[in-house]
Amino acid sequence: MSLLEIENLSLTIGATPILKGVELTVAPGEVVGLVGESGSGKSMTALTIMQLLPHLARAEGRVTFDGIDILGATEDQMCALRGDDIGMVFQEPMTALNPVKTIGEQVAEGIRWHTKTSRAEAEDRARKILDRVGLPEAKFPLSRYPHELSGGQRQRVVIAIACALKPKLLIADEPTTALDVVLQAQILDLLRDLVRENRMGLLLISHDLAVVTEMADRLTILRHGEVTEAGDTARTLSEQQHPYTRELALASMHVPARPKPHLAGSARPLLEVEGVGRDYPGRRTSLFRPAQPIRAVDNVSLTIEPAQSVALVGRSGCGKSTLARMILALDKPTAGTIRFRGEAITGKAEAELKPARRDMQVVFQDPYGSFDPRQKVQRLVAEPLHLLEKQPAQAERREMVAHALHEVGLGPRDMDKYPHEFSGGQRQRLSIARAIITRPKLVVADEPVSALDVSIRAQILDLFAELNQKLGIAYLFITHDLTVARAMADEVLVMHEGKIVERGRTADVLDHPRSEAARALVAAAPDLHRAIARRIQEQG
Amino acid sequence: MTAYLLKRLIIAALTLVLASMVVFAVMEVLPGDPARLMLGLNAGADQVELLRNQMGLNAPLLLRYLHWAGGLLSLDFGRSYTYSVPVIDLVRERIAVSLPLALIALALSTIIAIPVGVFSASRQGQAGDTLAMGAAQLGVAVPNFWFALMLIYLFAVWLRLVPAGGFPGWGAGAWTALKSLILPAVALALPQAAILGRVARSALVEVLNEDYIRTARAKGLPYRAVLWRHALRNAMIPVLTILGLQFAFLLAGTIIIENVFYLPGLGRLIFQAITQRDLIVVESIVMLLVAAVILINLLVDFSYAIVDPRLRGRQ
Repeated sequence: MSLLEIENLSLTIGATPILKGVELTVAPGEVVGLVGESGSGKSMTALTIMQLLPHLARAEGRVTFDGIDILGATEDQMCALRGDDIGMVFQEPMTALNPVKTIGEQVAEGIRWHTKTSRAEAEDRARKILDRVGLPEAKFPLSRYPHELSGGQRQRVVIAIACALKPKLLIADEPTTALDVVLQAQILDLLRDLVRENRMGLLLISHDLAVVTEMADRLTILRHGEVTEAGDTARTLSEQQHPYTRELALASMHVPARPKPHLAGSARPLLEVEGVGRDYPGRRTSLFRPAQPIRAVDNVSLTIEPAQSVALVGRSGCGKSTLARMILALDKPTAGTIRFRGEAITGKAEAELKPARRDMQVVFQDPYGSFDPRQKVQRLVAEPLHLLEKQPAQAERREMVAHALHEVGLGPRDMDKYPHEFSGGQRQRLSIARAIITRPKLVVADEPVSALDVSIRAQILDLFAELNQKLGIAYLFITHDLTVARAMADEVLVMHEGKIVERGRTADVLDHPRSEAARALVAAAPDLHRAIARRIQEQG
Repeated sequence: MTAYLLKRLIIAALTLVLASMVVFAVMEVLPGDPARLMLGLNAGADQVELLRNQMGLNAPLLLRYLHWAGGLLSLDFGRSYTYSVPVIDLVRERIAVSLPLALIALALSTIIAIPVGVFSASRQGQAGDTLAMGAAQLGVAVPNFWFALMLIYLFAVWLRLVPAGGFPGWGAGAWTALKSLILPAVALALPQAAILGRVARSALVEVLNEDYIRTARAKGLPYRAVLWRHALRNAMIPVLTILGLQFAFLLAGTIIIENVFYLPGLGRLIFQAITQRDLIVVESIVMLLVAAVILINLLVDFSYAIVDPRLRGRQ
């Protein structure tokens, strides 16, 4: 018998239909993947099981957990289930813990609440589960606060909270999306072990087909609130009967065509970074001793040639974004020089940087955060035009914006809209239009597709490739996602703890990594081909 | 932790010094010669000059500042021109009324505001919330002296529960004295509570949307427990900030309220001193009020560190 049974579940919020006739089951000890793009209703399905839906939500159908009718359960009954028989892990570990309570308090709280044990006993059990999730007492006493932990460590605490009472069902909603690949692999291993140890059912929600394939016995694919396909992971993904499944699989492995590959050593370097370092003031340990500086970037040298696409990969916190900020002259190096088109940009005043800025633009990760919501597209995209020698007239400005929008696949009518009228993918197109309007030679893209759904992501990667081919723009892609590097880069640089530890042609580095850091990244990166092959072996 | 507290302490001390300079400078440029004022309109120029010399008014500016500031530190505030007694004696007598009044009002406003904020935030958008926030809006808009008059009418004139004004002195017994402070404290506290209640509500509403609230709910805690255990402490930070900032307005309010209730407090003293151009009394009380505001804000800074472990740094 199944642990969780969802039959014909429909959900509306206000007048908006969210879910339509969703069917899903999870058996004890089974891992079920729930896959879909943003807005497909994955999280709402999870919140329905937890009965933590927003105010105006109405659910119909049948949700049964361990024989209990969830949709008909009272709030008291649900409180008894939540955290005891059903645990839940969320996407964003940085904000999932209460900043003013110690991790010990937060883990012990649920234990005390459900088992009515004494504080000492609850803390004892909290200690055990924290040890289990890989946070040993010596380094992580119960008295630690969340802000003293990294993202991966915080996610372990959230898992400890969810699994403290050995729930029968764990719901993990994008548990690793906010983490880098190495941490992702560790957290997934932990979840897999916990499933095995306690015969726990796991409902793993993710947009990442490769992650789900590695983890799940069965998967359910959700689109616009409806299940398009469900079944054994191996069969579903090898046969790909439903066109949407095929679409998802293809999009997640998409490599854009670049008919004219870049030939290394063909030209004078566009960007030269020489021995660049960046120190940040460290935390004072004593009033009388100066603080030890933190070295975010340590003696980094690299070159990028015109029209070359280079990926800078590394784990979160390795210093890659700091390096990018220095290349963009948004931050000053504490050592070394950066030359762009043969001219040093380090130590220059803002006014002297204008020509360099014109030829060097940026695309950020979050298309939602990088636009002023109160400005129209025309103004937003025209922003870099102040860098031009001669300020274009109003009509010419509109012309240039229209042209840039056309190049990224948007229409001239989009000029008079506001950012909120666009989807995430369209907004990323807008930020690319903003970046190319001055005809730059180099675009620095900091995780440009990691906030996007796979199908949108494939389109944006195509756009990057097309612009590279058409306009000869060189790219520096900053990413922890090796599939982006594989899809887009001629060369890969691997950064680790502030240093560049490996550099080479993309295929060489990703297929035969030499440094330990690169090997760790490659081993941890989920790969759909590999995952499907392994599933087929396991499931026959 | 210590570094944070030390920094706050130093900033508070510097603020106090700066404020004293401003107060002194303002008093310097105000028209009106205290010596002439003390001697009356008929005094001769040489008489005034003599008194000016006696009072040290002819000494260089810096010297006079240092003398005055040094006096403040040793609680020697000088002598009142009009009462011809040491200012400190006047202050000591009056502070026995004003300090309890301000503290009761502060406590009262917090005691009212936080439950109202919690009540409203947990019924966001419902009738109870609308009603409470409507009342708070009224509390913000209506001036405190009008509140005071209404309170007098209701509780003193009509119900005859408390005196309408005046202060019998602490010698008359703690309860009798306290009774005459109840209405003024309520009148002072209500507008404060209205503002604070609104802040508490919006801070709570924001916190209740945080991810960690969902985590706490997923643990199986009922909504009320989540509200009190997880949300309230996080919402206290903006509430404390406003509490500190509002304290200055509360003190300003005492000047009006003490006049309405005929209380012999610092507020009335400073009011009289201003009309009588008793500048040394004005200076001293202003400095005292400034010091009180800085002290309260220093306490607020310290309480941040208690509420928010991120300010404490690594232990």
